[in-house]
Amino acid sequence: MIKFDNVNKRYPGGHEALSGVSFHLKPGEMAFLTGHSGAGKSSLLKLIACIERASRGNVIIDGQNLTRLKNRHIPVLRLKIGVVFQSHNLLYDRTVFDNVALPLIIAGYHQSEVGRRVRAALDKVGLLGKERLMPITLSGGEQQRVGIARAVVNRPPLLLADEPTGNLDPALSREIMGLFEQFNQVGVSVLIATHDHDLISRLDHRLLTLKQGKLERDGRTTELQIQQ
Amino acid sequence: MKRPSAKNTDTDDRQRLNKPRSRVNAYFTHHLWVLVSSLGALWRTPLATLMTAAVIGIALALPTGLHVLLQNVQQLSMGWEGTAQMSVFLKPGVPEKRIQSLADKLRGWDGVAEVQYISREQALAEFRELSGFGDALDALDENPLPAVLVLRPTAEATEPAQMALLLGKVQKLEPVDLAQLDMEWVRRLSGIIEVGKRGVLLLGGVLALAILLVVGNTIRLTILSRSQEIIVTKLIGATNTFIRRPFLYTGFWYGLMGAVLAWLLVVILLGLLSDPVSRLSFLYSSGFSLDGLDLETVIILLGSGIALGLLGSWLAVGRHLQAIEPT
Repeated sequence: MIKFDNVNKRYPGGHEALSGVSFHLKPGEMAFLTGHSGAGKSSLLKLIACIERASRGNVIIDGQNLTRLKNRHIPVLRLKIGVVFQSHNLLYDRTVFDNVALPLIIAGYHQSEVGRRVRAALDKVGLLGKERLMPITLSGGEQQRVGIARAVVNRPPLLLADEPTGNLDPALSREIMGLFEQFNQVGVSVLIATHDHDLISRLDHRLLTLKQGKLERDGRTTELQIQQ
Repeated sequence: MKRPSAKNTDTDDRQRLNKPRSRVNAYFTHHLWVLVSSLGALWRTPLATLMTAAVIGIALALPTGLHVLLQNVQQLSMGWEGTAQMSVFLKPGVPEKRIQSLADKLRGWDGVAEVQYISREQALAEFRELSGFGDALDALDENPLPAVLVLRPTAEATEPAQMALLLGKVQKLEPVDLAQLDMEWVRRLSGIIEVGKRGVLLLGGVLALAILLVVGNTIRLTILSRSQEIIVTKLIGATNTFIRRPFLYTGFWYGLMGAVLAWLLVVILLGLLSDPVSRLSFLYSSGFSLDGLDLETVIILLGSGIALGLLGSWLAVGRHLQAIEPT
């Protein structure tokens, strides 16, 4: 699903955010991406969503080589990737329903299909009764769940999350991670960038550790407990 | 432009990606939704919307109003154009018989459609009736008016050059005292109208440019104020076409509202003018009254308003949307 082949990312000005990163996330696999801030987590995610382009090497998503992807094909790629942001990135002038419906509208779904899928996604994240509310009236955890509903509503094969539990307390964080695991169980590939070792050490998934732009370790989250 | 091909590939890829039930239906529903919601967004800021629409409206009303006034003047002068005629004043004392044979001779000429003889008595009666100087005429011993032949050219012979030629020929005839073209000034007027029409066109062009700038700048500000939203929708997978759509419809609404305001403005202004004009034309014993906007002008007004709104927003969107990319 995600294949990095000796990927370098150098920003204008010479800062090398990623160097020689290679890994392969198979379809249906769930992995965490960790490392100190500045280690290159965000850069890696941006390469996957084609927000940035690799300076060297190949990034292949769902069989598509992004190095050669034309700009006009980027939207189609992004529809295949559900992205959850730390800052939620909701549209605050629209209702919860309209926020979640956005990817479906973009993809051109029929009105009745949109309603059905939005309610299914909101049901999944436990916000079914709140579809008519404005996002600003919801708590941080609820807003994050709206973001997750929006990311999964058009059933993308790949789910990316950038510090999805960054602003949440431990109980809520566990709940959110549980949601991601549920999506993974139905076949969605999941890659989550986080620095919350406490949280992920209780789970058993693949763990990619970045250090200064290099892939330092490709192991399991369970190894974190041993380290501690 | 590579845009259409990009759009097609997008659609193809999406069809493979998911299989919505009725794509065409959904497409139109979405367009309708954007149309209505962009109007709704404008409605929520009524003052700002009204001001922009008013600027467009005034800019459109100016050339439209002038055009309608010119049309009216032309309408008025067209009534006279058809009566282009030559008055041939005869020398006093020419016998009746001679006049009749002269009239017959003139009727045979090329380019002469009709010759009407107005005898001295008829001329006097007409003058007495129309001028209001009847009493003054009674004071005169003798009828001071000459006999007149009124000569109407055929439709093909109304060209100024041909009329001048005819005038010269008539002038040379022995019993003719004076021949003159009555309608020279109508031609001058129509010349002035032509200049005026060109002026309106040029003014319209300059004001169209102003409208483009106004719409473009308004849309630019809207884009900047919604840049966060644009970034989020781009991240979710929105195409540029999708993101551009609400802004184009906003431009459409601005154009339409401006055109409707211009329409109202012109109707009101013409309404205010129509009373004094009627009074004036009554003084001239004319049945003339100001014509309002005709259907053609209204259609052109609405059409150009919409076109300018769309074009202005299209230019702004093309220029500023590319620059807003997620980082």
